[in-house]
Amino acid sequence: MAALTDQTARFNTLKSLPAPVVAMMALIGLGVLFDNFTNAYTQFVMVLILTNVVLATSLNLVNGFTGQFSLGHAGFMAVGAYTSAWLVTRPELGALPDFLKFLLLPIGGGLLAAVAGYIVGLPSLRLRGDYLAIVTLGFGEIIRVALLNSDSLGGARGMYGIPSTEAVPALGLTAFSAQFAVASVWAVITFVTLWRIVHSAKGRAFLSVREDEIAAEAMGINITQTKVRAFVISAFFAGVGGSLFAHSVKYLNPSTFTFTKSVDIIIMIVLGGMGSLTGSVIAAVIITILPEMVLRELQQLTGIDLRMVIYSLLLILFMILRPSGILGRLEATDLWKMTLGRRKAEDRKVEGQRVEGKA
Amino acid sequence: MDQSHSQEFIQHVINGVSLGSIYALIALGYTMVYGILQLINFAHSEVYMVGAFAAYYVGSNKYLALTEHQGVGALIVLLIVAIAACSILGVTIERLAYRPLRKAPKLNILITAIGVSLLLQYSGQIVFGSDPKLFPEVIKDVSLFKIGGVEVHSLDVTILVVGTIVMLGLHFLVQHTKIGIAMRAVSSNEMVARLMGINVNRIISFTFILGSSLAGVASVLVGLKYPKIDPLMGMLFGIKAFVAAVLGGIGSLPGAMLGGVLLGLCEEMVVGYISSTYRDALAFGILIVILLFRPAGLLGSVQREKV
Repeated sequence: MAALTDQTARFNTLKSLPAPVVAMMALIGLGVLFDNFTNAYTQFVMVLILTNVVLATSLNLVNGFTGQFSLGHAGFMAVGAYTSAWLVTRPELGALPDFLKFLLLPIGGGLLAAVAGYIVGLPSLRLRGDYLAIVTLGFGEIIRVALLNSDSLGGARGMYGIPSTEAVPALGLTAFSAQFAVASVWAVITFVTLWRIVHSAKGRAFLSVREDEIAAEAMGINITQTKVRAFVISAFFAGVGGSLFAHSVKYLNPSTFTFTKSVDIIIMIVLGGMGSLTGSVIAAVIITILPEMVLRELQQLTGIDLRMVIYSLLLILFMILRPSGILGRLEATDLWKMTLGRRKAEDRKVEGQRVEGKA
Repeated sequence: MDQSHSQEFIQHVINGVSLGSIYALIALGYTMVYGILQLINFAHSEVYMVGAFAAYYVGSNKYLALTEHQGVGALIVLLIVAIAACSILGVTIERLAYRPLRKAPKLNILITAIGVSLLLQYSGQIVFGSDPKLFPEVIKDVSLFKIGGVEVHSLDVTILVVGTIVMLGLHFLVQHTKIGIAMRAVSSNEMVARLMGINVNRIISFTFILGSSLAGVASVLVGLKYPKIDPLMGMLFGIKAFVAAVLGGIGSLPGAMLGGVLLGLCEEMVVGYISSTYRDALAFGILIVILLFRPAGLLGSVQREKV
């Protein structure tokens, strides 16, 4: 009997596996496809989109689902990026096959970022109120100053020529499609992990902290622990995002990871809806493409860099007019279900009328 | 040798206190708004930046050419200009951005505040240009007298005198006038204050005017002491002033003054005896330590949340 339930449990775990695997395969296939039709610039933007998906969904866990406010995502991203760029040059890792190495590097970046997240999160999340915002803002600034002053990591000059994934002929992948594959794998891992967390019992604890801390505490939830847990997970994936960023841009500079970078990611989750993972994905795509396509033209037209002015106006207007963003707390799948449900309801209505008519 | 050490120390103390009183002026603006709305007014640092630019343009050779009429009169003109500009801006921000969200979740107002701050910063870069400007020198920096062999400069004296007058004025206003009592009432319990016939919206606007005016004063003092001003000057300075407010106990006016002076002193000591590269990291180190050991701040009191 025990063995049977065991097996059923295993079967249930596997049941959730096909969707992510299909998504990964589809993305990798997309990468291979785009390899032949697009130029290097478009390919770069495509990897950037996946990186931003990782960053936005992970920030949404803290800001959207747990109701805290972090302003230091770029700081954790910097930790991940520099760790990964440093690790890749280590001779100890030389034994690993190239593709596998790049697939595993984000874990290193993520872990160190998670440690940083724990150190920053513990003092500030014990308190109610917006202290986290200021502390994370300060943390981002400290990381930037520390990087500027560390000569071994390039200081103000930054790190040049960071190695990137090379072609894997055995799998039929070119340099770009291999890079895109690594990013796809991590974007899907991030999304699925966060999705499963949010829909688990522990994830409900995050939501309950967001809704009402006192009521959550009365239900036996350790509020500080829950917040710190969300924050550490978020920092881990920020580190992963940073690592992906490092190996796609191939050049790191402390001035990349300023407050502005954190704000970019915040705009994504505000636009997509705080508390909607699919919304973050959609917004990440929009916000990554927008400056490359539209704002660049606008800048050439006006001669002024209006990007941040437009972004900040967007933030204010969204908060006043539509604070829930595009999707609010709904997921794209909910919309799908709603349309399906409505159709079914309408069908039933029509059928009912038919029956009535017969009577 | 010993003599020069103590001289150096006194010099650092003077610098620290004069920097600290500027922090205190800005911290007061943060702490007053936080006391009433429980909002970190991120835009406060940009209000201060705009004040500095208003004073710069009016005082520059194009308009009043105040560098040719140095003295207390010129300083007062600059102060009035900066106070007026900051107050108008502060009230406008409150009306347009914060008031529509008064009933919204706190997170939304915080995001709006960040949005307003960025909007001012980046439109400031477009309007004023991102290159640093030289603030008009209305007070000549001469050494006035000596304490223990250390020369005391007129700028430091000006900053201390203006800072002290403004803070004493604020203390009087908040403690001994009708509108000050109303402010404290709204801060302590908004609903009860409303029931007592206080026009809460007016008090909140007044708080923004008051806080922004202090930022205006601070902007002129900073312009005198560190004459290079640029549209990004508010950002870091503002955050550090907020740390000063937390250090003293957010919501407490004497706390903000104490926190500001302490932070200024610490910073000068670190710059003087350790290294200037850690100057900006220090404030955040202090913040984390204070949150760990005394989250209510030095002069703040712990408030229990009642259900």
